[in-house]
Amino acid sequence: MSTVALPETSLQSRVNYLNADYGIKSWLLTTDHKRIALLYLASITVMFVVGGAFAVVMRLHLIVPQGALVQPETYNKLFTMHGIMMIFFFLIPSIPATLGNFLVPMMIGARDLAFPRVNLLSWYLYIIGAILALSAIFSGGVDTGWTFYTPYSSTYAHTHVIAAALGIFIAGFSSILTGLNFVVTIHKMRAPGLTWFRLPLFIWAHYATSIIQLLGTPVLAITIVLLALERLLHVGIFNPALGGDPLLFQHLFWFYSHPAVYIMILPSMGVISELVTAGARKRIFGYGFVAFSSVAIAVISFLVWGHHMFVTGMSVYAGLVFSVLSFLVAIPSAIKVFNWTATLYKGSISYDAPMLYALGFIGLFTMGGLTGLFLSSLAEDVHVTGTYFIVAHFHYIMVGGALMGYLGGLHFWWPKITGRLYPDKWARLAAAIIFIGFNLTFFPQFMLGYLGMPRRYAFYPPEFQVLNVMSSAGASILGVGYLIPLVYMIWSMRYGPIAGPNPWRAKGLEWQTPSPPPTENFEEIPVVTEEAYDYPSRA
Amino acid sequence: MGPGLPLHPDQASTIAVGVDHLHYFLTAITLFFTALIFLAIFYFMVRYRRRSQDEQATQVEGSLPLEIAWSGFPLVLVAVLFIWASSLYFRNSRPPAASMEIFVVGKQWMWKLQHPEGNQEINELHVPLGQPVKLTMTSEDVIHDFYIPAFRVKKDVLPGRYSMIWFQATKTGKFHLFCAQYCGAEHAAMIGWVYVMTPADYEQWLSGSAKGESMAEAGARLFNQLGCITCHIADGTGRGPVLQGVYGKPVKLAGGQMVIADDAYIRESILQPSAKIVAGYPSPSIMPTFQGQVSEEQILQLIAYVKSLGSEERQPERKAAEK
Repeated sequence: MSTVALPETSLQSRVNYLNADYGIKSWLLTTDHKRIALLYLASITVMFVVGGAFAVVMRLHLIVPQGALVQPETYNKLFTMHGIMMIFFFLIPSIPATLGNFLVPMMIGARDLAFPRVNLLSWYLYIIGAILALSAIFSGGVDTGWTFYTPYSSTYAHTHVIAAALGIFIAGFSSILTGLNFVVTIHKMRAPGLTWFRLPLFIWAHYATSIIQLLGTPVLAITIVLLALERLLHVGIFNPALGGDPLLFQHLFWFYSHPAVYIMILPSMGVISELVTAGARKRIFGYGFVAFSSVAIAVISFLVWGHHMFVTGMSVYAGLVFSVLSFLVAIPSAIKVFNWTATLYKGSISYDAPMLYALGFIGLFTMGGLTGLFLSSLAEDVHVTGTYFIVAHFHYIMVGGALMGYLGGLHFWWPKITGRLYPDKWARLAAAIIFIGFNLTFFPQFMLGYLGMPRRYAFYPPEFQVLNVMSSAGASILGVGYLIPLVYMIWSMRYGPIAGPNPWRAKGLEWQTPSPPPTENFEEIPVVTEEAYDYPSRA
Repeated sequence: MGPGLPLHPDQASTIAVGVDHLHYFLTAITLFFTALIFLAIFYFMVRYRRRSQDEQATQVEGSLPLEIAWSGFPLVLVAVLFIWASSLYFRNSRPPAASMEIFVVGKQWMWKLQHPEGNQEINELHVPLGQPVKLTMTSEDVIHDFYIPAFRVKKDVLPGRYSMIWFQATKTGKFHLFCAQYCGAEHAAMIGWVYVMTPADYEQWLSGSAKGESMAEAGARLFNQLGCITCHIADGTGRGPVLQGVYGKPVKLAGGQMVIADDAYIRESILQPSAKIVAGYPSPSIMPTFQGQVSEEQILQLIAYVKSLGSEERQPERKAAEK
């Protein structure tokens, strides 16, 4: 299935999805999954920059124990809005809505998603939700924490809770529609010969993710409606003073928001499977195990929400059940890590930027996953939950994991998306800076948490200062690391060398069509005759 | 903990010792697997680095024995962790019978504490060394969380409910008390100190800061003031149930169910008298609700009073234990 590619000297010589039409309408009313992916890419990058700016102010503020920059009320808004931006408006859409949107049809040999107009609708819902959330921020902010715990959020907070929650509510439907689109597309539109067990693992991961988006997100919507009922109409649902149940909100919230963690990390795991195989020019070790571990994670993810609530006064027996189920999630996660590592064995390992991100992901996800064992261990969780240990743990998963996977994937498929290469040396340097900066930022937070420093503190006792300064110093390195790709990627869109259809010599249908792909993706729908990652063997 | 770079929190309770052993084991597992994965990756990266642009890999099929091994070994490991951590959690959840009781009310943004002897504190908690202490906690407004890192204990403090933690201090000194559940603007200021004192010092502190009125005595005074006494008459001739000897005992309800007359039940009966009617009394209850008329501290005093009616014989015992 090799493609005969004549060396191109200009991307303009051939009609592709980017140069087919330049009008603003051709973008805003597009139903091309690739263009919608780019609309998402631009939108979530804006949200990432906004969310990141909040983090910068927080880390600067925490350099001194009494707090250097802002009032406690402002600090509380900063961490709330950092969480809302990063989780609901960056991480959840990140890989599925950009790389997934672009690649799911291409990887399965389809011309578009099953419902192209629904796909565009999902972007508009996302934008409406994002505008509402941003308007809540710029009209004074919201200070409930991204978790919106009641009765604080429903009765006591005086900030723009409803606007922010409504933004999340609407963006949730964008997530549901994307999930729906992927499930139908993956079921119905695979190219001839592309059986389930020939699918790239990226597709398996997105399939599992879509199931969670479809089943979990409506529960978040219901929870937000109930919160609004109590806040606006004083219906006693969550506030005991009105006759409500003080823990009900947390059960409902985490029933979505724990699976949501896997909405963020599963697509990233799918990316890593692609990057590791292409970077080592090897078949994945244990295809079936990696594929089904995604499904196992998706299923178990719905049964572990109670581990966020071990210290709420929940029954100790309920605690036991949630603890054992949480430990079980570790097994499919461990299977993935071992299989990725084993895939390197006897490979032909490149040191290109995508591979550096992938290997960074494996290391950081391993640490994030192992520290999850602390939190599944009931007696230990009592001490470290609600502290910086939690903050460190989920940043290792969400940033060290999900975001590294996203950046790795973006670097891997950038030549496909834009038709151009970025400067390789800068990309490798940025990957290294991000890896180092990330560890310097968040490793001290594990120590802070074990020492007992609670999270969400605008000021803190002086003995925690040294570790906080270390964390803030690391964050400045991390920030530089994020800015570098932003610069060279924008540069490469205009000045980057022409990439050609398959610069990595990778397997997968998306590499068998020109870069950037034509609007219809493939001139002829390919026929698949081989398994995924069918790389040739050393002679 | 002094300034500088502390690496280990104070270890000042019996619970902390057990939690720390588990913590070291977890840390060892984490280090082992992190080292394993990092070393494997570095080794493969160097050993199998791509030496020319055209170099291909040597394809290796998966291995079922390996898959079983690296699923099975972690499974055994997490089983061990689960059993260890859960049994420890079970033990840490149950206060010894001989625990002394202290009552905690959280509100935005302070901790209010009462000792049975009547001593009240704000953002400070004095406790004796070596004596199990049980805290019964509730909140006036939002969810808070009572956290003493040096003791490795933490529990949410909920409005409308009582939650409980206990500890036995093993070291005298001054230890942080934090609110560990975000509760609004001054969340970070909802902190205080726990003072662990020798039993003799504690006795001295107790008598030095005494109010002259124990919680049960304050409860008795409220019982009169609020008019409870007009219906809840000891000889059974009143319009309400007799409260003598009720505390901690099963009570038969109008529907035939049984309920234990614990703190939560008494609190509910004061605030929502019709929620659970005692068998033989009219429904809805003729008792007015005291919602909004009594503070959480006063409810705790009333409970202490009801308790004192039912457990006269236990009072001297507790006094003796303190001496």
